[in-house]
Amino acid sequence: MTTASSADHPTRRDFLFVATGAAAAVGGAAALWPFISQMNPDAATIAAGAPIEVDLSPVAEGQDIKVFWRGKPIYISHRTKKQIDEARAVNVASLPDPQADDARVKSGHEQWLVVIGICTHLGCIPIAHEGNYDGFFCPCHGSQYDSSGRIRQGPAPANLPVPPYQFVSDTKIQIG
Amino acid sequence: MSGPSDYQPSNPALQWIERRLPIFGLIHSSFVAYPTPRNLNYWWTFGAILSFMLGIQILTGVILAMHYTPHADLAFKSVELIVRDVNYGWLLRNMHAVGASMFFVAVYVHMFRGIYYGSFKEPREVLWILGVIIYLLMMATGFMGYVLPWGQMSFWGATVITNLFSAIPYAGESIVTLLWGGYSVGNPTLNRFFSLHYLLPFLIAGVVVLHVWALHVAGQNNPDGVEPKTEKDTVPFTPHATIKDMFGVSCFMLLYAWFIFYMPNYLGDADNYIPANPGVTPPHIVPEWYYLPFYAILRSIPNKLAGVIAMFSAILILCFLPWLDSAKTRSSKYRPLAKQFFWIFVAVCILLGYLGAQPPEGIYVIAGRILTFCYFAYFLIVLPLLARIETPRPVPNSIADAVLAKTGSKSTPMVSTAIVLALAGALFAGSIDSAKAAEGSDKPPGNKWSFAGPVGTFDRGALQRGLKVYKEVCASCHGLSYIAFRNLAEAGGPGYSVAQATAFASDYKIKDGPNDAGDMFERPGRPADYFPSPFPNEQAARAANGGAAPPDLSLITKARSYGRGFPMFIIDFFSQYQEQGPDYVAAVLQGFEDKVPEGVTIPEGSYYNKYFPGHAIKMPKPLSDGQVTYDDGSPTTVAQYAKDVTTFLMWTAEPHMEARKRLGFQVFIFLIIFAGLMYFTKKKVWAESH
Ligand code: FES
Repeated sequence: MTTASSADHPTRRDFLFVATGAAAAVGGAAALWPFISQMNPDAATIAAGAPIEVDLSPVAEGQDIKVFWRGKPIYISHRTKKQIDEARAVNVASLPDPQADDARVKSGHEQWLVVIGICTHLGCIPIAHEGNYDGFFCPCHGSQYDSSGRIRQGPAPANLPVPPYQFVSDTKIQIG
Repeated sequence: MSGPSDYQPSNPALQWIERRLPIFGLIHSSFVAYPTPRNLNYWWTFGAILSFMLGIQILTGVILAMHYTPHADLAFKSVELIVRDVNYGWLLRNMHAVGASMFFVAVYVHMFRGIYYGSFKEPREVLWILGVIIYLLMMATGFMGYVLPWGQMSFWGATVITNLFSAIPYAGESIVTLLWGGYSVGNPTLNRFFSLHYLLPFLIAGVVVLHVWALHVAGQNNPDGVEPKTEKDTVPFTPHATIKDMFGVSCFMLLYAWFIFYMPNYLGDADNYIPANPGVTPPHIVPEWYYLPFYAILRSIPNKLAGVIAMFSAILILCFLPWLDSAKTRSSKYRPLAKQFFWIFVAVCILLGYLGAQPPEGIYVIAGRILTFCYFAYFLIVLPLLARIETPRPVPNSIADAVLAKTGSKSTPMVSTAIVLALAGALFAGSIDSAKAAEGSDKPPGNKWSFAGPVGTFDRGALQRGLKVYKEVCASCHGLSYIAFRNLAEAGGPGYSVAQATAFASDYKIKDGPNDAGDMFERPGRPADYFPSPFPNEQAARAANGGAAPPDLSLITKARSYGRGFPMFIIDFFSQYQEQGPDYVAAVLQGFEDKVPEGVTIPEGSYYNKYFPGHAIKMPKPLSDGQVTYDDGSPTTVAQYAKDVTTFLMWTAEPHMEARKRLGFQVFIFLIIFAGLMYFTKKKVWAESH
């Protein structure tokens, strides 16, 4: 209908139609934004994701604790000498996701491994102190992580991620 | 929807689908080639406006449901959190809440248009009845939606409306218990209302499909009420009706945006910002404006059962309209008497709505009875009688004739009707306020607020001083539980930095826990913490304050109001005055007087306040000159304290107010340009068809 007679006086009318259509498209696209943006974490959730402090003094050697930060389980392991040595002994280049142990812990605090306890395969929580590598074993599909939280065997593609954290004192860390 | 079509898409992929599911043909015949009478006026765009509103309500509703918690203890708070914390939550909530009212505005226009032009007459009876069913479903949906915020009006509205069913003889009580899922309105009621409020809009959408189907079978009625006879009487739906409808929608959006961005609480009730309290009924229970005429009918009948029957009959009688008005001439344009009675009927409905918001006493009751009689008389006496005695004017032979005749005459009854309807809307809306005309108290004086008006912003200095007054004075009795310390550093607030807000928070002791040993402990506040309340629970607050729990102040400026009365509430719509709450709060803070006037008795333990309803307030005079020190040189007077703390409390009630007005401005610029473009496009398209 609208194109049939556009030959008569094309420019003014076509300009009007294009302008109207463009305004509708721009307005519609802009109006879409609030509807998408509302799906993101709200202000309270973001505020609740602020850094947390964890006291390490009660964690004995060979023990580990699980804390939650932003709804994610964080494993904090107090590694034994044996675990540290094992983690350092492997040939890094041979690993599926090559990363040296000292890049995964804070120097001077090598006994503390802090990792996000979420399997990099499909998100299950691996069990500590299980599996063949003195590290973590994921019961879902059998991924195995070593005492540095690195993937060694199974379908998971990557190492357990290290969350942002720092030592506030020798026995206290701040995660986040 | 008007039978099989010979439409064939040109794209082979679409052809492939079309052969198996002729959906493009259906769309083409229903919304493109569909012949629409060429003499339709703008009242006919309300069908499209209604579809648009239904879409908006479903979309925003589905989204709000993602954030809302249907639990009696959490619902009110979750709504506040939507408005405060969810990205654009305030916008989505305003769109939905105002959208309900706009939906009803549009449906009333649509219905009155149907009555005026006889759109319910043969062969459109089923179309009309489907419309009445949609209207009933809308009322049910609107009512249940109003319950969900779980404020005082939600709770008591739910109580009153469900109790209507207790009027049913014998079974009434059991039916009400069944509706409640308990012995009173409570959590089970809220839960089922939420479920049904989610379901009903989809039923509405289903009935709308039937409504449109019936419309496309019978064809649209038109202002002259003569059926199209030849090609010359109609134009194709697309682009003519489509573009005109879209222009109508864009104009309607201007009105809609006016409320969303500038008057979001104009159509609501201040009491609904008070959390539901099963122990206290608000002094005036007023339903949403769109139920008011029926509410007035209910109250006009002194017998419970008869009142309920009358109220429901007032709606159901619409179903019988096609048979009550059996006149052959459809359009009131050609029925001089019917036209006059129609406008009287419109006036009756508006006045009933006004009465529905007034306290049921004195003259209002008598007027209500007279108007209730008039309402039913229109259907049961006037219309049947007119059908028999009225001599209609000659109807044009065809639509084309009518169009030609019209271009000669300049009469535009639409302007006057538009004015009547605008007045009606304003009257309806504002009547909620007037129902609450403060009894036994002076009207608070108006103040000049920095945040008033379409571009108002908060005065940062006042916010910071107000926070100080709150902290040093009010906080000893009043909580501020919806405000977190982090809010102090947010845009549009008192303008503190994150570091300042963190430092402010760390001065507070926050109860946390349990720790690993299972004990609660205290720690310094963090930005994510909320202002701690001075009392552990309401009972403690009550016990410590002579039996009256000091209300939480987060929402106080929105939860308090006073009657503006006629005609102020109509002027308020245009002037965007909505500072009743702040004016009232500031007035109460300054309204204490030691000398109780003659004739007023103040009970033991109460104090005289000029502006408090009933004058006897349990709160002693909180502020005195010099009580709080200011370091910016502002006067340390009660008047200044009151103004500052009220400004601060306006911000706590609506932390995103500046964002709302800013976005509103942008939306308005866009909508005005867009409506203008639509208008010229529409003119172009229609010019080519002549
Ligand atoms: S999720 Fe851990 S192995 Fe699949």
